[in-house]
Amino acid sequence: MKVRLVLFAGLRQAAGFKRETVSLPEDATVGDLLECRVPNLLGRTFYVAVNEEFAQRDTVLHDGDEVALLPPVSGGQAHPSRRGFPS
Amino acid sequence: MSAKLFELTENPLSQDDILRRVSRFDCGGVVTFAGTVRGSTATGDGDRETDFLVYEAYVPMAEKMMARIGDEIRERWPLVKGVSILHRIGRCDIEEPTVLIAVATPHRDDGCFEACRYAIERLKEIVPIWKQENWRDGEVWVEGPRQPDLDVSTPNQAPT
Repeated sequence: MKVRLVLFAGLRQAAGFKRETVSLPEDATVGDLLECRVPNLLGRTFYVAVNEEFAQRDTVLHDGDEVALLPPVSGGQAHPSRRGFPS
Repeated sequence: MSAKLFELTENPLSQDDILRRVSRFDCGGVVTFAGTVRGSTATGDGDRETDFLVYEAYVPMAEKMMARIGDEIRERWPLVKGVSILHRIGRCDIEEPTVLIAVATPHRDDGCFEACRYAIERLKEIVPIWKQENWRDGEVWVEGPRQPDLDVSTPNQAPT
């Protein structure tokens, strides 16, 4: 199967590419994709979205999926010491 | 065609514009929040001067997540009638608004202040937008605080 890999901001810069199509065996997971294509990024903190929804490392991929690697978001950032909204 | 309520744009943001987007016949209270580009940030080593910011977004997901924040607000504050979130992408200069949020309710005690605050905090958590800070001799992509439940960089740990 083929999936589209898309990177943003600092991850795009670190990887040196913005998007590419990756061929993977059936039933491959997000983790498989990361280890196969961007092993050098695995020490960094980032999130993954599959088809525009947050996903986990064990999320199973399907042909035609778009997998986005997302650094922790910084739009509309509060004071750096503030952590999240009290729930 | 009515304007979108959740939008990323390369064009300058306008308070009048977002007010019009949430304005309704049955609402008498609108709270707006504007996030603007700070030219000087106090740090432990003194002030850091910024020249300008560049915003990058995963546009379709960002607009979807902003709409989700609108849904969350209506669940938490059922009297809220209108929510709009607009965010810039591309270059933003000092003092320009980079994000505008507006929440409309029938009366000021119906949750508009709280919901507006919620929107900006949630935006930081789930909306995929990043800023690159540029100063005289360099630039860096700023990353927000890590959220362990979303982090995939190391294999998932067993729940403790």
